[in-house]
Amino acid sequence: MTCLSLLLQGSVTHEYNLFFWAMVALCSTVGTGIAAFLIYCAWHYRRRSADELPSQLALNIPAEVTWIALPTLLFITMFAYGVKIYFDLERPPDNSEDVYVVAKQWMWKTQHLGGQREIDTLHVPVGRAIRLNLISQDVIHSFFVPAFRIKQDVLPRRYTSIWFKATVPGTYHLFCAEYCGTEHSQMIGWIYAMDPKDYQTWLQQGAAEGSLASTGEKLFHQFGCGNCHHFSGHGRGPNLRGLYQRPVQLSSGEIVIADETYIRESILQSRAKIAQGFQPIMPIFQGQLSEEQVAALIAYIKAIGPAPGGEMPSGPGEEMGDYGGITPDLSHPASPATAQPKPGVR
Amino acid sequence: MATVTLFEPQSAPAQPRLNYLTEKTGLMSWLFTTDHKRIGLLYVFSITFFFFFGGFFALLMRLHLLLPQGWLFGHETYNKLFTMHGIIMVWFFLIPSIPNTLGNFVLPMMIGAKDLAFPKLNLLSWYIFMLGGMTTLYALVRGGVDTGWTFYTPFSTSYSTSFVITAAVGILIAGFSSILTGLNFIATVHRMRAPGLTWFRLPIFIWSTYATSLILVLATPVLAITLAMIGIERIFQVGIFDPALGGDPVLFQHMFWFYSHPAVYIMVLPAMAVVSEIIPTFSRKPIFGYKAVAFSSMAIAILGFLVWGHHMFVAGESAYAAMTFSFLSYMVAIPSAIKVFNWTATMYRGSVQLDTPMLYAIGFVALFTIGGMTGLFLAALGIDVHVTDTYFVIAHFHYIMVGGTVMAFLGGVHYWWPKISGKMYPEFLAKLSALTVFLGFNLTFFPQFILGYMGMPRRYAAYPPEFQVLNVLSTAGASILGVGYVVPLIYLMWAWKYGESAPDNPWRTTGLEWKTPSPPPKHNFEETPVVTWKAYDFEAQKEELHLG
Repeated sequence: MTCLSLLLQGSVTHEYNLFFWAMVALCSTVGTGIAAFLIYCAWHYRRRSADELPSQLALNIPAEVTWIALPTLLFITMFAYGVKIYFDLERPPDNSEDVYVVAKQWMWKTQHLGGQREIDTLHVPVGRAIRLNLISQDVIHSFFVPAFRIKQDVLPRRYTSIWFKATVPGTYHLFCAEYCGTEHSQMIGWIYAMDPKDYQTWLQQGAAEGSLASTGEKLFHQFGCGNCHHFSGHGRGPNLRGLYQRPVQLSSGEIVIADETYIRESILQSRAKIAQGFQPIMPIFQGQLSEEQVAALIAYIKAIGPAPGGEMPSGPGEEMGDYGGITPDLSHPASPATAQPKPGVR
Repeated sequence: MATVTLFEPQSAPAQPRLNYLTEKTGLMSWLFTTDHKRIGLLYVFSITFFFFFGGFFALLMRLHLLLPQGWLFGHETYNKLFTMHGIIMVWFFLIPSIPNTLGNFVLPMMIGAKDLAFPKLNLLSWYIFMLGGMTTLYALVRGGVDTGWTFYTPFSTSYSTSFVITAAVGILIAGFSSILTGLNFIATVHRMRAPGLTWFRLPIFIWSTYATSLILVLATPVLAITLAMIGIERIFQVGIFDPALGGDPVLFQHMFWFYSHPAVYIMVLPAMAVVSEIIPTFSRKPIFGYKAVAFSSMAIAILGFLVWGHHMFVAGESAYAAMTFSFLSYMVAIPSAIKVFNWTATMYRGSVQLDTPMLYAIGFVALFTIGGMTGLFLAALGIDVHVTDTYFVIAHFHYIMVGGTVMAFLGGVHYWWPKISGKMYPEFLAKLSALTVFLGFNLTFFPQFILGYMGMPRRYAAYPPEFQVLNVLSTAGASILGVGYVVPLIYLMWAWKYGESAPDNPWRTTGLEWKTPSPPPKHNFEETPVVTWKAYDFEAQKEELHLG
């Protein structure tokens, strides 16, 4: 009973189930067919006299062609379906909600955009796509929720992400699936998929000192980031408005997308990738900020969005109103999707 | 033992013709032998030791997992057990298993040669192997390794406090043994074939072993480089893999699997080689679709180098890389499918005799098919995301490695046992244990597919209670499997001394290795055979074999 429910439970797309069980059906049919044929041959063609010499037929071109072509076609179909499901997993829906996850030996730390923090648990509302931003503090871990059929390795110093949408309220296992040392098997947590109303109640109870972005904003001030990163074009550092997911021209000539990994590296190892037109003068914050704090800063940078005019200056000397380092109002965070590409960058 | 038979009072009054076992005796004659047959036997003793050693660890793990919280070991010890099980089984049993034992023994005879191309290199290869094995055992005795056989970074380079470097050095040393053996086989197949034995007259065993040798020579150096890099990072703190030192941990996985995926084919191609000999013999028919089977070995060897990324679908490689590797993984499945269909077609309308080797061969085809088809699940990107790093993967590769390779190895040992030892093994007991192995194996590993799909991750020293029933079934299977492995060890040793004398060609089959006495003389053939027939040509040899 428990086995059966574990096999079928969870919040899995219809498409996934169809594909998986079609594979099971197909493979068991073929497998049974081969086994039956082996048994048939072993019995029907059993040696009846010690000296018998059967027909020496050993080639049949149409048969060879058939059993090369047929599996090939089936394999290509399987490949295509597998890709379809995988690419859906790679692309979170536009309205998905970010959750930041920090893995360490042997613990999961989760942070909600609302500022709620959890250890070895994650509360999510049913029916809402959740995009996990995963990073490890030490070795490689892997975020695995069998009920949602998702798994993603969690790497040190590089963000990876995956998304899921719980459809049935319930409590689901979270496992670490990449061997990570002595207590690997204890790195287990729970996902609580809740009715949206219950989830709201939970959020109220758990509300910490403000949203994740506002924590990031405090850090931004505390470390004096605004002294150089003006929200205008005149700082000694690049303007961070609408930076997220924008292409950035580096002084090396390379162009990179400002994703979570780039922003994180630019904070902690600030001299690794210098935006074109700027000097490598930013202090290195490696060792001064925890992964959780970096996540808060990333959430803040994502939230500040583009400048009120919509146009995005970033390089020094571009004309734009000077905000004098005053950060914009966070009550209307712009969605990253609306961020405009930086003009002048091709 | 050989000395005992010499003084047997019942032995024929005239001194029997000397063979490779009786020609010289004493420990030194074994330790300094350059006879490929004796070196094959040296490997048999060594890998049998490693097999039972690694198997014992597996049994301990299965016992530990009877209870959800585990009961025999602490987590650290459990982690070391699965690491040492993996290292020993992969590098000190599976990779050398068939090529270095049966391959060494029969390959020169199958092509009508007196020995391998480089007999001294062959002996050196065994010493290197033993040195590697002893180094690894030393790591074990000193306290073991807890990284998993995969040595993933940065855990192995910056976090593990166990004997990583000692074990890595042991594996690196053993790698040179692989390279030398591969080189020796390639040179032998090219240069030492008997007159008339053209490439398309070669038994499939030679084709598959040749394909294996190519992989051994081309892939093993990459493993050596990777292990050396681990050592450099651990000792000198040079950032290669650890991001804290400026390295990339995913780079390690690329390098590791660039060796270790082809290594899977190092393990299974020789198994296919053995089965491709057994099935024609016990069906008394040439192998069906000879060229398709021969070329599919080569295709596997080549395509096998291009699929390493399928171990990393969730590891952070790009979606387009994943797509490419998924496609190529399906392509490498095609030659395997071709082989399965041709093996079954060989039995069709044959004269099938279910002696022990044939039972193992049929068991191989069945289990390899299950292992292969579950590989199709793992190659499908969307499904792999869920089942990778779970017991599904454990079950899948044990179906290939144990259900496939070990079954074929046992089949091969029984098949060539009369030639190797000059004695017959007890047939009924052998059939019984073949059946025991088959049942025990399925009971051990089939539940693990379900466990994996339910979500039980691999390498867990303790697990949530909902997984217990299937774990208990698996442990029960493992104990049956253990019996199935110990019984042949006992009766084969018994048969070596007390078994009935074997005729030269007990299976009445076609290969050149059956045209020498059992056991063969030191130089295999009194005179070099001239080959005028194709492989498995029962028709051409029917007078000689008294068939039809």
